[in-house]
Amino acid sequence: MADLSVHLPALQVVVPLVAAPLCLLAGRAGLAWIIAFAASAAATATAAALAYITIHNGTISYHMGGWPPPWGIEYVVDTANAVILLLVSAIATVVLAFSPASVAKEIRPGSQHLFYCMFVLCLTGLLGIAVTGDAFNVFVFLEISSLSSYALIAMGGQRKALTAAFQYLIMGTIGATFFLIGVGLLYIMTGTLNMADMQARIAGIQDSRTVVAAFAFITVGLALKAALFPLHLWLPNAYAFAPSAVSAFIAATATKVSLYVLLRFTFTIFGAKFAFLNLPLNWVLLVPAVIAMFAGSLSAIFQRDVKRMLAYSSVAQIGYITLAISLASSAGLSAALIHIFNHGLMKAALFCAMGCIFYRIGTTRIDDMAGLGRQMPWTMTAIVIGGLSLLGVPLTAGFISKWYLVQAALQADLWWLVILIALSSMLALVYIWRLVEAMYFKAPPPGLEGAREAPLSMLLPTLFLAGANIYFGLDTRLPVAMAENAATLLLRGQM
Amino acid sequence: MIAEFPPGLLMIGGAVLVPFLKGNLRSAYTLVLPLLGILQLMTFEPGTFGAMTSFGFEQTHVRIDKLSLLFGYIFYIAAVLGALFAWHNDDPLESSTALVYVGAAIGATFAGDLITLFFYWELAAIAAVFLIWAARTDRSFRAGFRCLLIYMVSGVLLLSGAAMYANATGSVAFNNIGLDSPGGILILLAFGIKCAFPLLHNWLQDGYPEASVTGTVFLSAFTTKLAVYALARGFAGTEVLIWIGVAMTAFPIFYAVIENDLRRVLAYSLNNQLGFMVAGIGIGSTLAINGAVSHAFAHIIYKALLFMTMGAVLFRTGTAKGSELGGLYKTMPWTTGFCIVGGASISGFPLFSGFVTKSMILTAAAEEGYLVPFLVLLFASAGVFHHSGIKIPFFAFFAHDSGKRPKEAPFNMLLAMGLAAFLCIAIGVYPQPLYALLPFPVDYLPYTTTHVITMLQLLVFSGLAFATLQRTGLYPPELRSTVLDFDFSYRWLAPRAAGWLMAVAENAGMTVTSKFLLLLRGLIDRIFQTHGPQGILARTWPTGSMVLWAAALLALSLLFYYQ
Repeated sequence: MADLSVHLPALQVVVPLVAAPLCLLAGRAGLAWIIAFAASAAATATAAALAYITIHNGTISYHMGGWPPPWGIEYVVDTANAVILLLVSAIATVVLAFSPASVAKEIRPGSQHLFYCMFVLCLTGLLGIAVTGDAFNVFVFLEISSLSSYALIAMGGQRKALTAAFQYLIMGTIGATFFLIGVGLLYIMTGTLNMADMQARIAGIQDSRTVVAAFAFITVGLALKAALFPLHLWLPNAYAFAPSAVSAFIAATATKVSLYVLLRFTFTIFGAKFAFLNLPLNWVLLVPAVIAMFAGSLSAIFQRDVKRMLAYSSVAQIGYITLAISLASSAGLSAALIHIFNHGLMKAALFCAMGCIFYRIGTTRIDDMAGLGRQMPWTMTAIVIGGLSLLGVPLTAGFISKWYLVQAALQADLWWLVILIALSSMLALVYIWRLVEAMYFKAPPPGLEGAREAPLSMLLPTLFLAGANIYFGLDTRLPVAMAENAATLLLRGQM
Repeated sequence: MIAEFPPGLLMIGGAVLVPFLKGNLRSAYTLVLPLLGILQLMTFEPGTFGAMTSFGFEQTHVRIDKLSLLFGYIFYIAAVLGALFAWHNDDPLESSTALVYVGAAIGATFAGDLITLFFYWELAAIAAVFLIWAARTDRSFRAGFRCLLIYMVSGVLLLSGAAMYANATGSVAFNNIGLDSPGGILILLAFGIKCAFPLLHNWLQDGYPEASVTGTVFLSAFTTKLAVYALARGFAGTEVLIWIGVAMTAFPIFYAVIENDLRRVLAYSLNNQLGFMVAGIGIGSTLAINGAVSHAFAHIIYKALLFMTMGAVLFRTGTAKGSELGGLYKTMPWTTGFCIVGGASISGFPLFSGFVTKSMILTAAAEEGYLVPFLVLLFASAGVFHHSGIKIPFFAFFAHDSGKRPKEAPFNMLLAMGLAAFLCIAIGVYPQPLYALLPFPVDYLPYTTTHVITMLQLLVFSGLAFATLQRTGLYPPELRSTVLDFDFSYRWLAPRAAGWLMAVAENAGMTVTSKFLLLLRGLIDRIFQTHGPQGILARTWPTGSMVLWAAALLALSLLFYYQ
């Protein structure tokens, strides 16, 4: 056991990577699901073990194939990416538990095993991005996760899913290309791809225009992948037309991982001093973030489809995260990581609940959901809890996020920012209220009076996620401790 | 061990069981819980427990001193009265929400820090909204939603204020805050919304009368008095509160006089009574604080009593409109009697509870040399007597005979009202036990010749005016049953000038409001144009334009960085 635990960082990626072709070979949906679920459960266990080790023993460095860095590929796990690994793999596991019934309903029978194959591939990519300590390796995993998610989104039932996936493909590829160009420029300047090595060598050449250009390419490329306003335009359609399980998984994890990479490059490689003092990254992030908070929420208010509404709400929530990053303080980084974690929980719960509804009534339009509060009480409970968490009501995870965000803004003496945060939270109340009003206070439309509660296999994971929103609203030790530790690590020796 | 259990959680946790109980068992359960709570309070010694650290701040879950104990007791007493009054009620939602509501209010009372306070504060707000919704009418749903929005604002203000305060002082302990501390104004506003400060008060008259017969009794006792407690704790001696309180006592009188729905009249008079407490807190001397706190104590009982009597009337006749009632004393003699006791208490008749508490505030105002506030409070006392002491009992139970012959209220309601009436008289006759509970030592004698004579003069002349107008035929009997009649016959109290001023103000208000609404409408249209499904910010963009954006942003960042 002892020597196995040494290889945990590698296993984190290898297990789902191996599971993907197995799913393909399995050929049948049931078997493929078992393999995918087992792989992601194993990944969750690995992530939990890694988190435990990083909290107690500090950063882990793993040398791929025994090649020492900077020549070989190094995997580095500290609290900053351990929390991401934990979030991604746990959400993947819960969503997979949720998916059999949903997939059986939404995906053609012949390609269901392909769905699971793509799903674990996407998981592999996201985990790989988080775990690796090598800049080029990030690009490789970014492409793995992106390509598989294009395919997953294209599996959506409507034909519009194809256009949505195509647009995402173009935008995602441009984002990845920008990122790759940036990494290439850095490689030219430093001659290394290892992040730690890069950090050491970049310190002396920060005035170089090439490094500045690399920085611009990397930030814009990642902002595109993270759907930062105004580069979010691919996101609403992608989330709205993807199969339910995919929406839940991608909305909760994909943009978060890109934000993590942004954090890693900005703080670990370039250094906060370079990004925020030499260059005006705080304003470059802050202004779009504030616009996103309002434009995203306002757009969400007027959406007729709830999945699209939630997608716009994600745009706004990403605004909160980037806002926290732009403060470039320890409190700000903690707030960003905490919100990355908590927002993953809320959006997973809400999109899973949408999956339950789609399973029963075949649509997620708000008008068709009228009166569902009586017909699907448990699903609606999950939506209400998720919605309250999104609003930041006390006793939910969202409250913890808002609290730390406001604290961070206050520490930076930005009063007006606190007011803007409060105002935009009010907007969230409006769109959540629209949903509640339709579900509880309207009569069901003709033809949909007979909807029943979703099957237990979908309902339990959904309620589990909703419960997690409450749990992490009460017991904040895990995310808060990891985020604060990670913030210290990211800012170590800087500013 | 039981002593170390947070008092609010007893009720909140207990609420979970309510849906599983039925009938009398459930009613008995909701009655026993607050009784247990009172027993628990009796074991409490001043001190704190439940210390914990979260968000990096030292928190104190439970802080026991005389101020919090007093409010703890009265909240439990109100819960007992409410539970008894609602014994017949077969609505698990309302019963369990009421328990949560009571528990949250009590939890907030004992909260030793702002974070704990905020948690209970929000819980009480949400429970209150559900209590309004439990009436399950369309109007109650709308009113409840409006309340929810306003409570949310209060919560956000409290949180922001607490954050500022904690940030600046490094402590979240909930002691005297004052206006000068950072965030103090925000916290004061948060309390003020819940305390129904003038212009922040509309949720009260809007929401409370829409709750069910039994729900209103609960609502009347907690939210606003919790705010009074919070003000007494955090803002004692803040001078601006005197003027706010004075305004609160005066302005609702006019509304109460012209309002036809008797439960809404009570809501206005509730607002007016809060004014006395707020003014007392603003004066801030030990006598004034004692007065404000004891007035809150007495007020909870007699206001609940009045709401119970009107609830009983509504329960039996289906209406609480003054124009449709009258002559009910023939068949509801007990309710009539209890209502008169409540009216006498709220008006401050000697030997009733209002007298021994309100006169402390008046005396404190005089002692501290606040002449104008003193006079306004005096005027307001006369007004209270008019609309709560005379108008409510008169139009509900006497006046012209409406021909309604309802049955006497059910036994459980009579019992609850009787108990409340007994407490009103007991406190009025023998105030010493209440005085012993007050935060500061009391060396105040309510029954001095001056106090009694002053109050009696006020009341007698107020009553005389009413009687004279009655005898000289200024109340045309055939018109008395219409809504217009109230307008007509009550102008004598609200001077015509005031009426005219109000009309002008209302007109101006309407113009401003309509302008504002137009503006808002235009704004929403604009937002819809840009953010609606076809709007520039929300429609599906051609891929090419998206790419253009990405390129533009890259160019922009490069420009920015190179500068």
